[in-house]
Amino acid sequence: MNLIYALAIALLTGCGVHMLLSRHVVRIILGVSLLSAAVNLVIFYSGRISSTVPPVIEPGSSALSEAAANPLPQALILTAIVIGFALIAFAAALALQAQRSIGTLDNAGLDVAESLGTPFDGPEKRR
Amino acid sequence: MLLAQAVLWPVAIPLATAALAACCWQRLAAQRAISAAGVLLMFAATLLLLWQVRAEGVQAVQFGGWAAPFGVSFVADRFSAAMAAITGLMAFATWLFGQADIRRREERAGFHPLFHGMLAGVNGAFLTGDIFNLYVWFEVMLITAMGLLVIGRTRAQLDGVLKYAVLNLFSTLIFLMAVALLYGVAGTLNMADLAVVLPQAGPSLTLTISALLLLCGFGIKAGYFPLFFWLPASYHTASITVAAIFAGLLTKVGVYACFRVFTLIFTVEGSGLREILAVMAACTMLFGVFGAAVQWDVRRILSFHIVSQIGYMLLGLAVATPAALAGGIFYIIHHIVVKANLFLLAGAIHRASGTFDLRQSGGLMRRSPLLAALFLVPALSLGGIPPLSGFWAKFMVIDASFRGGQGWLAAVALVTGILTLYSMTKIWMEAFWKDPLMPRPTARAVPAPMLAAIALLAAVTVAIGLQAEPFVAYAQSAAQALVDPSDYIAAVLGAVPAEGGAMAEPRP
Repeated sequence: MNLIYALAIALLTGCGVHMLLSRHVVRIILGVSLLSAAVNLVIFYSGRISSTVPPVIEPGSSALSEAAANPLPQALILTAIVIGFALIAFAAALALQAQRSIGTLDNAGLDVAESLGTPFDGPEKRR
Repeated sequence: MLLAQAVLWPVAIPLATAALAACCWQRLAAQRAISAAGVLLMFAATLLLLWQVRAEGVQAVQFGGWAAPFGVSFVADRFSAAMAAITGLMAFATWLFGQADIRRREERAGFHPLFHGMLAGVNGAFLTGDIFNLYVWFEVMLITAMGLLVIGRTRAQLDGVLKYAVLNLFSTLIFLMAVALLYGVAGTLNMADLAVVLPQAGPSLTLTISALLLLCGFGIKAGYFPLFFWLPASYHTASITVAAIFAGLLTKVGVYACFRVFTLIFTVEGSGLREILAVMAACTMLFGVFGAAVQWDVRRILSFHIVSQIGYMLLGLAVATPAALAGGIFYIIHHIVVKANLFLLAGAIHRASGTFDLRQSGGLMRRSPLLAALFLVPALSLGGIPPLSGFWAKFMVIDASFRGGQGWLAAVALVTGILTLYSMTKIWMEAFWKDPLMPRPTARAVPAPMLAAIALLAAVTVAIGLQAEPFVAYAQSAAQALVDPSDYIAAVLGAVPAEGGAMAEPRP
């Protein structure tokens, strides 16, 4: 089980990093989302997944039983998934807008912010 | 009630302001009023918190009444209270400047909710005592910052924000992975509790990886040497009000997180981190300042100087003696005020000369002598000329690195100081001193709110410079609390820190 998880995390991270290194913005965003899935699995796994007893406090007692699963990683991952979803959605919207107004999503063509121009162009257009 | 929860107000007020402003989406007048009230209230709340921390020591609040390691804690010690107070000041100054700079179009696109949302994120990051919660505030800050950065929807902004988004998303993922590993070892996420539990756990490979991932994640946020490339690629595209508050606060949140984590949870002393941090600090200073030397756009010069100045703060952390940490803290406070002011000045230069390109501007000395005089204060302070605040900040970190046996770092810092002066002189010569190449149709007089905001921050710089003693004493006691965090831990965990680490302890 450990090995399967480790391999899954490694595979997701590897694919994520590979996509991140691409030049195309959409592939980069997909890479980020793969990487965030890998990180979620790391959180899940670092909370130990040995137990399958639901983390519910039994009637009559006031604390979790010793054998219960750890509920915290799920809460953390849920938070991370929600945040990650919002950010990926924003990044995708950004990519769409960039495609519409700049006309390319290839990093080689994305140099509007840093192309410096000559000082003799007259009034500066970019801002 | 008001005083007992003082830690929460600096976060609650901007959150409420952002929500209220978002509710009045169509009515700009209402949004402006809400925003003004929010800025003033938050400034007051942060000053109240600062006063309370000075009077009563570390303040801690547990959310939902859950006792310390179980619930989310909010903590304010001297360092974080000072950071919150400076955030309040920055919010006020940029808001004042924004009265003349923010366009209607930007307000319609949601400037006010985003601005206050970002302030909530910044203050949350400064005040939280829980490392996963820190991640959440980082994300709040990130998404609102991206919104602010792209608010004009120009092509340059879209290009800049894409780079900003990708690298910062990557950094938060790295940070989150480090948090996961830390949780796997310690079984707790409360930072005070981590400080208690980790020494018992002993060194392990997982902890080393976690520490390095944290350094990398915060390093991207803060703009440390090999990781700073997103910063000069994006900051200059933002509208100047936004750029000023970004330059002042956002990178410093990363630096703050580094100071907190590498004093409370991990230690620089005897962990092998010092060499890494020292090399990073030296390279950050040099690469930033050399990057600035070849630029002609005021905002890009200043963006590269953010990077180089971050190196001085990291130098304080690398030496890690109490004196060096005090220097680092003093440097952060000084730098936030000065750098935001320089960006505001860049906006004023643009207004007065019609361009950000130094080669095309000029003649401002004759046309607006007041602006020229105000420029000299932060520019000379950044270069470290006595008696301004930058001199004391540089003096403290350089003195501490000589005493800490890191003379070469001090030498790098001194060289960087000279090169900083070169860039500042360049702005002075080109924008103020020389005659303009051609008269520009877009040049206008600088409006009063802009000058007021710049004068306010310049006055703070002069005040810190001339009355350095209380600020230095405050920084020293804040650094002392970082070196010996027992007060911090006691305030969060209560009287019985021995029970720490019980939070959903994972069973191996």
